[in-house]
Amino acid sequence: MPGISFRLNGVDTLVDADPDRSLLDILRGHLGVMGAHFGCGANECGACNVIVGDHAVAACDTPLWSVADKDVTTLEGLGNAEKPHPLQRAFIAEQALQCGYCVSGILMSAAALLRRNPNPSSAEVKAALDRNLCRCGSHNRMVRAVLRAAAEMAAP
Amino acid sequence: MTNAAPSSAPKLPVSLAANPVLSSWIRFSPEGLVTVSPGKVEIGQGIVTALAQIAADELDVDIGRVKMVRASTAGSPNEGVTSGSLSVQQSGRAVRQACAEIRQIFLDAASDRLGVDIGALDIKDGTISGPGNVQTSYWELAGDVSLDRDARPGATAKSPAQRALAGNSMERLDIPDKVFAHPRFIHDSTLPGMLHGRVLRSEMSAAKLTELKEDGARAVAGLVAIVRDGNFAGVVSETEDGAEAALKALRKAATWSAGEPLPDESALASFLKAQPAELTVIDRRSTGHSVEKTRTIRRQYTRPYLAHASIAPSCAMAQWREDRVHIWTHSQGVYLLRADLALVLKLPVENITVEHMEGAGCYGHNAADDVALDAVLLAKAAGGRPVRVQWSRQDEMSHAPFGAAMAIEIEADLDAQGEIANWRHSIWSNGHAARPGRAAQPALLAATELAVPFPRMISTNPPQANGGGADRNSIPLYDFPSWQIESHRLLTMPVRTSALRTLGAQGNVFAIESFLDELAAERSEDPVAFRLRHLRDSRAQDVIHAAAKRANWKPNKRVGVGYGLGFARYKNAGAYCAVVAEVEGAEDIRVKRLTIAVDVGEAINPDGVINQIEGGAIQATSWVLKERVRFDRQGITSNTWTSYPILRFSEVPEVQVELLQRPDSEPLGAGEAAHGPVTAAIANAVYDALSVRVRDLPITRDSLIAAMESSS
Repeated sequence: MPGISFRLNGVDTLVDADPDRSLLDILRGHLGVMGAHFGCGANECGACNVIVGDHAVAACDTPLWSVADKDVTTLEGLGNAEKPHPLQRAFIAEQALQCGYCVSGILMSAAALLRRNPNPSSAEVKAALDRNLCRCGSHNRMVRAVLRAAAEMAAP
Repeated sequence: MTNAAPSSAPKLPVSLAANPVLSSWIRFSPEGLVTVSPGKVEIGQGIVTALAQIAADELDVDIGRVKMVRASTAGSPNEGVTSGSLSVQQSGRAVRQACAEIRQIFLDAASDRLGVDIGALDIKDGTISGPGNVQTSYWELAGDVSLDRDARPGATAKSPAQRALAGNSMERLDIPDKVFAHPRFIHDSTLPGMLHGRVLRSEMSAAKLTELKEDGARAVAGLVAIVRDGNFAGVVSETEDGAEAALKALRKAATWSAGEPLPDESALASFLKAQPAELTVIDRRSTGHSVEKTRTIRRQYTRPYLAHASIAPSCAMAQWREDRVHIWTHSQGVYLLRADLALVLKLPVENITVEHMEGAGCYGHNAADDVALDAVLLAKAAGGRPVRVQWSRQDEMSHAPFGAAMAIEIEADLDAQGEIANWRHSIWSNGHAARPGRAAQPALLAATELAVPFPRMISTNPPQANGGGADRNSIPLYDFPSWQIESHRLLTMPVRTSALRTLGAQGNVFAIESFLDELAAERSEDPVAFRLRHLRDSRAQDVIHAAAKRANWKPNKRVGVGYGLGFARYKNAGAYCAVVAEVEGAEDIRVKRLTIAVDVGEAINPDGVINQIEGGAIQATSWVLKERVRFDRQGITSNTWTSYPILRFSEVPEVQVELLQRPDSEPLGAGEAAHGPVTAAIANAVYDALSVRVRDLPITRDSLIAAMESSS
């Protein structure tokens, strides 16, 4: 098997595995990258969202072969405690979660939105997150956090 | 019989009385840390932060020095289950009291060491200092001060004015990990040599496994073992996808026969009322003198079975070493789970260690305990290696316990002036609790599937003194002259039920507050004024006033827009909550805004309280507008997010929360305060908008049409 290569959080990565396996399975089971969470396995909840190219996709419903030569970003690649992404800072500032299990996917959906649309309206944020489910009811805080991050990124 | 005089002697908080050894709660380490070890667990509600605030405050240490330990049967205080919005009430009071006493113990020791009067000593960030620059610290004294002693009543905790942290909003300690992808969830944890397990369950409820061919699964790469014990079957594999593939092969080769038939979903109330049941009179009130009744109004309200529907499927890890087993779990009660595992495994509890790890948001008794037994059973075949088991989304939505469906009838006798003279409230429902660790039989799913099975535990109800179950919040807070409240607990349980957030309170508050609205409408009286007139408790009146004022009650009538009020004091003894809902729509109802006033007594972390109330309000909106467990006669059919939809971002109402601060009152939990009032407020707002009274939840296009048809 020749393997499939892609850039994972900016790092060239070669995976020698069945190309039909899901990206989620490769990330978690093969590479030990746990930022994307399993929620349903059916592209219905968004807990496993990652960014491929410029779009948030459900890693559970993305075959490995389809990311060949592409850029894949998981929550680990968004930022870290030393150098946080504005979205991560904003989610802390707004205390925008309760259990936080859905948040890794929501941060990725939000990050993809801000790449496409750096100045979204509240309605646009909600539309971009509409395929992400949150059971604890932190939706409004999350929308505020995304708007806060957008404002911070737009500030000179 | 003796007539004991009421004792005014100070008593220990209940959790501390049950676990009095101070060192089981608090320890100091020489490097300058305080370890706080509560028996309650983080389930997404922020309890870890609130407890750290309390400890740091009482001890006068920087919160950065506080290290919170996850509960484990290896040494944590046994605080039962993390449920019922009691964590701050029970764990918080215990931590505060223990810390107050420990602070005093260290001040005594410092006074001896420094030769300074206690009154002249001061503590700042753990350093104890006195006049003339003499000083020592908790960490310096820790070696000489033993906390292996029982707490004694009497230590005085700080007054609200002396507290620097508790009462102020703080960023939750667990949130950075969760936004920076640092593994905290059990789902993201691995153990050396860990294997993966999956359990085979039928789509049919309580099905019997009549035949299982193992060849297909045996051929899957990485397979370690196939485990079969009666109707319980599962696989263990070197890898997670290997376990999934083996499970798939096993599923193809399994033959099942149907278990007990499920009820007719379209006739839930008739089903509930027709079952054999145990009748309990919950409460009676009588004025003694009879009132002339001129007419009686009777209404029936129902709610469907509801799923926990956590975003993560349940997960556990287990590892055997000879006849001892260690379990990692997101259960709400490590000791209770241990007790049930001991029953199933026929082992002494000493051989079982149950350790908590965080899972996704937990809204009651979900499959967390079930999957722990699954892992224990599969790990038996793993030769001492740890096994991680994770349920599928489908199993999580169909085999975990549900919140029980309810039928509630309320009847009021009215006098000649249309005032309520008599009130009768009757409930038909399965019990709302079948938690592990509380009975002589286990409550765990796999225990009912073994070749030598345990019977399925039929849900019961906690006593009213503990808040009740199906009857929770069924006793009116309103000052009616007489009432009778009764509860029919089903003795059959074709659909598995156990504790879901608020137990029966959501159904009862929906019924009471809807009925009150109907009675107010009969009298053409304003619903706010009508309620206030019947309430004596000023804290109840205050939250209603506050919510009404903030919502500008009552805004002018607009076509297609409605406003409704809902109120309750959770468990009649917990947090007060009043809600004004604004809805719009005709066929599809949209909740635009929820304006909420809440009184939780002392709020340790006000923003944490508001977060819980907002979350509860949004979850309740989801229950009301969307949720209903679906089933046919053989099994649960709503086992995906498509067949069991929940509220989405575009459907979420604006939520405004006003917290009425009462720093001098006992702290009360916030996690379940909003569900009942929000449910009722939405139903009442729908009536205001459309003049259609929906008495059967959820409020959907179908139930609106049904309600219109039945009223015409």
